[in-house]
Amino acid sequence: MTIQKPEAARKKLPLKERYALLTRDLDWEPSYVSKEQLFPYTSYEGIKVHDWDGWEDPFRLTVDAYYKYQAEKDKRLYAVLDSFAQSQGHLTLTDASYLNSVKLFIQGVTPLEYAAHRHFAYLARYLEGPAPRFAALCQSVDELRHCQTQIHTISNYNKYYSGFHSWSTMHDRVWYLSVPKSLFDDAMSAGPFEFLISISFSFEYLLTNLLFVPFMSGASFNGDMPTMSFGFSAQSDESRHMTLGLEAIKFLLEQDEDNVPIIQDWIDKWFWRAYRVSALVAGMMDYMLPKPVMSWKEAFELYFEDQMLGGLFPDLEFYGIKPPRHVKDAIAEKDKLSHEVYKILHNFSFAAAFTTQTPDDEHLAWLSEQYPDTFDRYYRPVWEKHQRIEAGGGRVFFQGLPQLCQVCQVPMAFTEPDDPGTISFRHTEFRGETFHTCSDGCKWIFDREPEKYVQAWLPVHQIYQGNCGGPTVPDVLAWYGIQEGDNGEYKGSVDQRSWAEWHSSAPKQGA
Amino acid sequence: MSAGTLRQVAIDIQESEENRALIDAIKADNPDLTIRHMPGLVKLQAAGQIVINRDTVERKLGRDWETGEFQLAIVSYAGNFSEWDDDQIVVKWEH
Repeated sequence: MTIQKPEAARKKLPLKERYALLTRDLDWEPSYVSKEQLFPYTSYEGIKVHDWDGWEDPFRLTVDAYYKYQAEKDKRLYAVLDSFAQSQGHLTLTDASYLNSVKLFIQGVTPLEYAAHRHFAYLARYLEGPAPRFAALCQSVDELRHCQTQIHTISNYNKYYSGFHSWSTMHDRVWYLSVPKSLFDDAMSAGPFEFLISISFSFEYLLTNLLFVPFMSGASFNGDMPTMSFGFSAQSDESRHMTLGLEAIKFLLEQDEDNVPIIQDWIDKWFWRAYRVSALVAGMMDYMLPKPVMSWKEAFELYFEDQMLGGLFPDLEFYGIKPPRHVKDAIAEKDKLSHEVYKILHNFSFAAAFTTQTPDDEHLAWLSEQYPDTFDRYYRPVWEKHQRIEAGGGRVFFQGLPQLCQVCQVPMAFTEPDDPGTISFRHTEFRGETFHTCSDGCKWIFDREPEKYVQAWLPVHQIYQGNCGGPTVPDVLAWYGIQEGDNGEYKGSVDQRSWAEWHSSAPKQGA
Repeated sequence: MSAGTLRQVAIDIQESEENRALIDAIKADNPDLTIRHMPGLVKLQAAGQIVINRDTVERKLGRDWETGEFQLAIVSYAGNFSEWDDDQIVVKWEH
């Protein structure tokens, strides 16, 4: 059977008309239920929307175009995956230690993609306007694609390296992974509009370049073509998600002046929440890449200070929106954040599903260059001490459990914004109990909604309460799903020994 | 409306064979572009706005090109898509 080609004369409609017909025109008015029954969740947050048709989708995406482009993106990605696997591409990485950043990614980020998939499916049902519903639907499908392509890509490494096998269980259980997980749980348990500001705006627009792009650039620089390819493939969707975030905030601000203070509060909260998660990325960027791409400080200045504070916020000022409340503290931390975070990871990697190592002299020199004001004074002496201990056959791991921040769940090792020598402790009394937070930002968030944050699942508390497999370190590691070779020091690890063996210069006799 | 701002806008594009023509086209239509090569991607920055014209891209590419295909090239951006139709894409800050 042959299908007749449409006549050439029947030309495609212009983009704007096509979008109007295929997206907005497919909406209908409910007849046998009320609007309130159909959309029960869009009023309780206090946000006022008068005209849902005021929502613009600059991409003017229609379902046919969506599938066409997404199929093309997948085709390109899978071509790369095949050729990398077929050519034993994993042997061309800069070093096996590079993969620690990929372990952090699949354990910490991939499950968030799945969580986002679920929640955007919910928004695709419950937002009132057809345009945001369709944008949310596309994003829901995108997020599922990201989750699947990431698992597929990284599964190739699971054949050869440790730490990749139980990321889903680990995401739910392991201490450092509660940092990203709790952020998403926080967002998903908020109302639909707060979710838009938390994930679509703060996570995807404000901080996406600090949260995602560093992994991709790191992959590119360290020979990891597949991770770079899924990353850029996902990022091409991400730019659509950024647009959704920006459109959401502008739309809500334009709808009613009463929305402005509510949105400002959410920006203040979610900037700091997302920024605290980015601390893990900071440690990764400065310490986990054998060939570092750009320092955390430089990325923060370029992507956040220049593009967001310099570009975006003057735009939002038009609506009466100010830069996030605790942004000054984030700027004050840029010279020390990565060092403080990696020190935690280095001290506790016996209980992590990745390995760490003390930076070598070349790496220390790079860090001195990137952080001329702080590194030699505060951080180099500590690493040199580690080097001396290790030269004598030792390795320092911190024995004991750290106190965690009740909000961001990062161990309380951050220092005062103006004093790198003093740990920053804040606390709040609530219902007769004391709750600890790591910064003015996290304390402000706690004090705004204490009823929510007292319910946080804090990994350290859970261990002490006996909910994590047992009282000893091996008990807890077994419950985490961590196996021999996943954790600890990189030098002498299973991955390092395999890597050395695969790259040994002795030619092997052919069979 | 304001007369326009000169604050920086940016588009990050994947560095690939096909995108070279696209980048050439953007360079041709935006003379004051700052171009920064980063691992795997090219960052294009300009004061005020960046314009992408279908005509120019098609000339550089030597084939038909839909503005929607830009979705295959972009990695990230700073600014706002103030126009996206069959012939043109404009990124700029609105206020």
